[in-house]
Amino acid sequence: MNRQAGTFLRFPSSICDCLTSLFSPDTSGAMPDSGRTPLSEVRHLTLPDPLPLDCGERLETVQIAYETWGELNADRTNAILICHALTGDQFAGSENVVTGRPAWWPRMIGPGKPIDTNRYHVIATNVLGGCMGTTGPASPGPDGKPWGTRFPVITIGDMVRAQRAFVDALGIDSLFSVMGGSMGGMQALEWAVQVPEKVYTAVPIATAARHSAQNIAFYEVGRQAIMADSEWCDGHYLAEGKRPGRGLAIARMAAHITYVSESALKRKFDRGLQDRDQASFSFDADFQVESYLRYQGHSFVDRFDANSYLYVTRAMDYFDLASRYDGRLADAFKGTPVRFCLFSFTSDWHYPPVASREITRALAAAGAEVSYLEIESDKGHDAFLLEEPIYEDALEGFLTANADQRGI
Amino acid sequence: MALDTSIRADHRAIVTRVPQGANVLDVGCGNGDLLALLKQEKQVNARGLELSPEEAGVALARGLSVIQGDADSDLGVFPDNGFDVAILSKAIQQMRRPVFVLEELARIAPEMIVSFRNFGLWQRRFSLVTSGRMPGHRDWHDEGALHPSTARDMIDLTRALGLETVAMAPMQANRVGAFRKNGLSRLNWGADEVILHLRRT
Repeated sequence: MNRQAGTFLRFPSSICDCLTSLFSPDTSGAMPDSGRTPLSEVRHLTLPDPLPLDCGERLETVQIAYETWGELNADRTNAILICHALTGDQFAGSENVVTGRPAWWPRMIGPGKPIDTNRYHVIATNVLGGCMGTTGPASPGPDGKPWGTRFPVITIGDMVRAQRAFVDALGIDSLFSVMGGSMGGMQALEWAVQVPEKVYTAVPIATAARHSAQNIAFYEVGRQAIMADSEWCDGHYLAEGKRPGRGLAIARMAAHITYVSESALKRKFDRGLQDRDQASFSFDADFQVESYLRYQGHSFVDRFDANSYLYVTRAMDYFDLASRYDGRLADAFKGTPVRFCLFSFTSDWHYPPVASREITRALAAAGAEVSYLEIESDKGHDAFLLEEPIYEDALEGFLTANADQRGI
Repeated sequence: MALDTSIRADHRAIVTRVPQGANVLDVGCGNGDLLALLKQEKQVNARGLELSPEEAGVALARGLSVIQGDADSDLGVFPDNGFDVAILSKAIQQMRRPVFVLEELARIAPEMIVSFRNFGLWQRRFSLVTSGRMPGHRDWHDEGALHPSTARDMIDLTRALGLETVAMAPMQANRVGAFRKNGLSRLNWGADEVILHLRRT
């Protein structure tokens, strides 16, 4: 068993270079440990009050790690909150100072870009339960030791309550926009439902109002892989000086399959063999797609905390906006003043267009101002991070029209 | 406003039928030209539905509220009486289910404006007689013209669906004639295209 696991992540290093930029920015950039800033020194703010959680417990001390771009205007009306996906972080618009990895949304955020930092004050935080400086299971608990699995189970609603307290602490009364893809889209929806009066526009991208059984199933595979790793130590690996890297890598591999489309895998790899002319009749990574996935898993473990993965995926599993309204999603948005713009991508089977259309339908039924665009793309779920001109132009137009209307 | 020659005549005519500040849904709104004109001229609350992601993207990029979707299947997203006026411009004959679409429009809004190509135009009638071929600007097998109809056909259908014709106007060579309550025979004989203003009864 051990021997098998030991060979699991072995792959020819030469393939990294040719595989890194095939699908997503997530795979490109410097390897971990090339960063300059220690995690403890990322920009952060400690919330002034304890944070009550959906599970009934409360966190006495919460630190929010964040990053900003562009200036806040005098009226404090031009703030945009960017919400990240499962394994993202606050470095949406600039290089991650800890890992040295490039910004994860560089096509969208910057001067003259759709989220124009000459016009908007762009804020991104690391989510509650995350591992890039915000309080999470890797943070010290009340006794000074890492929380580990003693950390309370959190929800998307808790993440948003933490962000709200953070935005309040910055002295910003309302946001011009809340946006994000995937889990970030869930947060954008949650913001619009929790405090519609504080959100001028919301842009949920490639997301869903509820986690599907299929998504719960994929994430459960990931969690089980982590918890089956003996180095996980019942969640207290940090205290024991260990890391469940193999389990976390498998979790990432399973999840990564859902981020890319079948057609893109076929286009890039099909059944191509890796550095060999014929199958080796062994369990080496014969196929390019195996090498690619192993690389995805391997490069992930150094930058992400396994317990964070458990907590954040769980929060997504629990997400079901309509459940608070007797299953009627439209009721969640009744009378909302928020202007919505949703995007989905045709080949995304993680959060398929039908999930976004369901939200659009509920918003239209609630009488909300809603736009929705289903973008033709074969890049799967990750398309929301990649070059899609129609999507970028539409998002820019939506923001510009609303900013004009709001006098920004 | 100075008369902008780039604005389509049928769009200008439709604008005259829409009340100031109305809630308007344009089904098959394309790149949003008509909605933009309605916002500018009548300060309407404008929404669009458009099948093509490219066209819907252009409309969105100019700041319009547009849902990308198919009129044949996605009109269900809009609530009963969600709008004052629903517009279906040059699209009814391309629908797979024109009756369903008209019923949906009538559910969504009490007033409708529907424009379409009139196959009752005398040249088209003669064209069929003399050439023995289906008249129209496309081949008969193009998906673009699923349900060719005359003005009379359309009025009969809308009446059967319980819709009253408030007014109708002929269009010929990018010129729109006056909206009239009566005169269907003349219209059916002489109009290249027809704009109908309908009302739920």
